[in-house]
Amino acid sequence: MGLNYTFSVKEDVLIVRLAGEIDHHESENLRDVWKETMYANSVKHVILNMESVSFMDSSGLGVVLGRYKEVLQLGGEMVVCSVSPSIKRLFEMSGLFKIVRLEESEEYALETLGVAS
Amino acid sequence: MKNEMFIEFSSVSENESFARVTVAAFVAQLDPTMDELTEIKTVVSEAVTNAIIHGYNNEPNHKIEISCVLNDGEIDLVIKDFGIGIEDVNEARQPLYTSKPDLERSGMGFTIIENFMDSVEVISKPEVGTTVHMKKQLTNSKTVYN
Repeated sequence: MGLNYTFSVKEDVLIVRLAGEIDHHESENLRDVWKETMYANSVKHVILNMESVSFMDSSGLGVVLGRYKEVLQLGGEMVVCSVSPSIKRLFEMSGLFKIVRLEESEEYALETLGVAS
Repeated sequence: MKNEMFIEFSSVSENESFARVTVAAFVAQLDPTMDELTEIKTVVSEAVTNAIIHGYNNEPNHKIEISCVLNDGEIDLVIKDFGIGIEDVNEARQPLYTSKPDLERSGMGFTIIENFMDSVEVISKPEVGTTVHMKKQLTNSKTVYN
């Protein structure tokens, strides 16, 4: 199984697309690459597209929370999109939707951050 | 019908997915819903991750045990380590509590386990280890057996 990720930059937005399973084993590498990419590009906001995530546990929540804090430092916003019902439940349980915004799709999330797709 | 299984594996993070997939495959014979299967996989992942990170401090040369008993649609799941144990179990079970904030832990492991299972018992002794004993009745089998 494992986890795959791709990053792309549109204006000042970093789009993170995840595919596969996010657990403790996968989260450490994800954290390092994500962090590196965020600071290597001059971005302010992050869109996290979880459309192809088939499994996530609290380790995934930890990574999202960690990146949220960094986005906050950059004066930006974190938007999560295309979340499955089971992952949505985890976000709700941990109160993460109080600090990160949820949107239906990546396109719409981009629009709300002022980027034309 | 009663059916049981037992596995023992090394305390390495590669085994987190092995553990949850194995338990899910065993439980699948009870014909759980997709949601129930996801819940089982998640709690196994949480408890095994706790054992690796906290119980064994990420040392790879220890063992984790899982036993699972299926009995009339009820899942009885025990996940056990022989690590450093937990000083204060009540504190550890609090939402957002983590003893390792530097590792970007969310502190939601036990909260998720409690939400997804019907009952959760945590037995821990410093320097002896931690046992997490969980039970869950599947919904489809409830209607069949009651």
